Amino acid sequence: MGISRRDFCKTLAGSAASLAVLAVIPGRALASWSEKAFMADKLDDAIAAKYGGLPIEDSSAIEIKAPEIAENGAFVPVTVSTTIPGVTSISIFVPVNFSPLVTSIDVLPRMKPDVSMRIRMAKTSNMVVIVKAGNKLYRTVREVKVTIGGCGG
Amino acid sequence: MKIKAVVQDNAISVKVLINHPMETGRAKDQSGAIIPAHYITEVTATCKGETVFHAELGPGVSKDPYIAFQFTGAKAGDVIKISWIDNRKGTETMESAITAM
Repeated sequence: MGISRRDFCKTLAGSAASLAVLAVIPGRALASWSEKAFMADKLDDAIAAKYGGLPIEDSSAIEIKAPEIAENGAFVPVTVSTTIPGVTSISIFVPVNFSPLVTSIDVLPRMKPDVSMRIRMAKTSNMVVIVKAGNKLYRTVREVKVTIGGCGG
Repeated sequence: MKIKAVVQDNAISVKVLINHPMETGRAKDQSGAIIPAHYITEVTATCKGETVFHAELGPGVSKDPYIAFQFTGAKAGDVIKISWIDNRKGTETMESAITAM
């Protein structure tokens, strides 16, 4: 009946030890995927889940290179670059996709803020790029017309 | 996975092509059954022990993802290591030597 003091201490030591083990596993090995942001089905919710309630400013210092008309929404090439100093994160959103957050790139110290990818667009929509520098968010929007939707739904 | 890393304008230009179905979890097969979600969630690149690229991906990235990025502080002959993990814990890692233009 009940837990002896000795057993209680053992249990406590055990859980402390397992916590310590968890703490030494490098962060990258654990999932750092922003599940909430990727699962959000609305643009504003996805932005809030990824970046919190930081203020957003429209910026002309972000360039989105993408075709004006994409024939196939399953493969829309996009290149994003920016001249904003101190950028730490770049995210690409497509508001009409069922999961608006497409990708989020950590701009590490040795990385240039210039990335390309091929993304899906369900239909004609704006592409929204959010860039984080310091404690501020910057936004640039560009419309891409899509002939055949690319989410296979 | 295919990696092409070349020295270009004092930086390393990296192009990666990954074979992956990137199933959104919303497409249906011929019999009308939903094909379960299966997509890459993270791509990481390291060079000389330092992470030089890290991206989170979702189902909005195209099938067989193509990613291009640039980083500094390496030279021809250095090795870049790229790995990805998907939502089913599938993973692949590949190394490639950086080449001169």
